[in-house]
This record gives sequence, C-alpha cells and structure tokens, in this order.
Amino acid sequence: MGGSSPCASCKLLRRRCTKECIFAPYFPSDDPRKFAIVHKVFGASNVSKMLQELPIDQRGDAVSSLVYEATARVRDPVYGCVGAISYLQNQVTQLQMQLAVAQAEILSIHQMQQDPSNNNTTLLPSQLLDQDYSEKFLLLSSAENNNNYDFLPQYLSFASSSSSSSNVFQDSEPLKRESFC
Amino acid sequence: MISGRCAACKNQRRKCPSDCIFSPYFPANDPQKFACVHKIYGGSNVGKMLQGIPTYLREQTANALYLEAKWRIHDPVYGSVGIISSLYEQIKNAEIELAKIQTQITFYKLQTQHVEAEPNSEVLQSQSSNMEQFEWDNPTIASWFN
Repeated sequence: MGGSSPCASCKLLRRRCTKECIFAPYFPSDDPRKFAIVHKVFGASNVSKMLQELPIDQRGDAVSSLVYEATARVRDPVYGCVGAISYLQNQVTQLQMQLAVAQAEILSIHQMQQDPSNNNTTLLPSQLLDQDYSEKFLLLSSAENNNNYDFLPQYLSFASSSSSSSNVFQDSEPLKRESFC
Repeated sequence: MISGRCAACKNQRRKCPSDCIFSPYFPANDPQKFACVHKIYGGSNVGKMLQGIPTYLREQTANALYLEAKWRIHDPVYGSVGIISSLYEQIKNAEIELAKIQTQITFYKLQTQHVEAEPNSEVLQSQSSNMEQFEWDNPTIASWFN
C-alpha cells in the first residue's frame, strides 16, 4: 500500500522491508555502501543483535561507529582500528615527552632567574634534549613502529596513556561522540 | 581426537581438522578470545577474514580482531571508536598545553636576551629609544602570563 522503498539492508538481503525493520532508520536506501560494508565485516545478524541490545536513542551512534570500524577494517584488513589506535597512542606518548621537557625547561628558567650565578653552568632541558634525547626519541619511535601491541591492553580501562603507521587515516579527524553522522 | 580441538572448534562443537584456520590463533586454553570475536564478527566472518590474509600476518589480524571485539563488548555503542575519539582529545589538549609552554619559554628567552644586551649604561642611553620600542611594542605577550 505505502510503496515506500526498502531500506539498504533489506535491498541487499533481498527481503521485505517491514515497518519494524531494525535497520531502516539507519541504513537508508540512498546509501547502499554503508550497509554493505557493515554486513561484510560484522554480518547482518550480528549487527541486528547488537542494535537490539541497545536503547533506541543510542542506536544511531552505534551504527556510525560500526560503519567507521568496518571501513577501517576494509582499508587495513590486518590491524583495522587497532592500527589507528597504535598510531595515536604513539603521538600521545611523544607529545607527553615534549611537554615534560618543556615543563622542565620553564622550571629551569625560573630557577636561573632566581639564582643568576648558575647561568653559565646549567644546560636547559632543550639543550640536553639536543644532545641525548633526540636519539632516544628515535629509538622509542622505531620500537613502536614494529607493530608491538604489548602496550595496548592498558586501553581496556580507557585510562590516558602512551607504533605503527596506519593507513586508516585517509579522512581527517573522524568523529566525536556527539557528532556522529 | 576430541581433546586436540582449538577454542573455535570447541565453541562450534565440531571436529578440529589438522588444517583448521583458527587453531594457531585461538588455542584451547584461551576460550574467551574466540568467544569475543565470535560474538561480534561471527565465526565464519573471522574465518573469511583470516583466509584473505597472508599466513605470516594472520596472528596479528586475529589479535587485532580480538582487541576490537573486546572493546566493542566493553562499550557496545562506540567500541574502539570511543578510544580513538578520546586519543584525539588527548592529543589536542597536549598540543595546546605545549604551545602555551613554548610561547612562555620564547618570551622568557627574549626577555633574557634583552637584559643581557644592556650591560653598559652608555649603550643603554644611546639605544634607549630603540629598547623601549622593542620591549613595549608587544604588551600583549606579557599580558598572556598575568
């Protein structure tokens, strides 16, 4: 009677798209690739089960994150999103080290200003960095570029932290929790 | 032999053949690993994914799938994407903090150079107008740290 077109998932699965179709709100017929990629990686029945276990107001975000993960997995069939996380953790670690050096330098400057007699003998942390730490930075970076995931389990508790290059980042910064879709 | 089954074949209640694609990566002593990937991806999807990967990369693939499945179970809405989002936030905050501190350092260094450039009072007097211009042309820099 209504004649409304089936959603992308029912089109792909070749079945009737009912009013209660769990996929229809999130996989419109004008974007068939979205469901195709999620189906390829997770499977339609698994996606359906996952959505059914979530409150309706969270399903949109869940679909967006599943699409993102599936896309990452297709782009990088070995590491998927884990490759991206490894790369970003490496960046965080490097930034934290740079911050520590900069903070030590500020402290050093303050100390020199308070005690000018020390000016001639004290090296600023950035000068020390030039001598020794640049090598250590390189060693650390190359070690993490061996795709070693030993440090990743720290992310089970989502605590802030500490690689590998990743080819997942072909888009710019992907998404924030509040701006899915 | 039933006792030699991998975690995947135990989970699926089937015989574990000698060329089972799962057995090197889902050993029987870690049933949770396969249970997680099975819950999120489905056993046959995992098998297909592994088959499409060269053998020397399959262990890393299985481990990455396990991690993503674990994160998805832990956070059914955002999964590993929540972690990525959080990391971006950390990077942004660290970059802002680093930029602030580096600006401070530059300011202090400039201040120090300026002070060291005036040991002689005659020089000071002859260049007094230039110095004032140098020091006070950028009042905004000093105001950043007040």
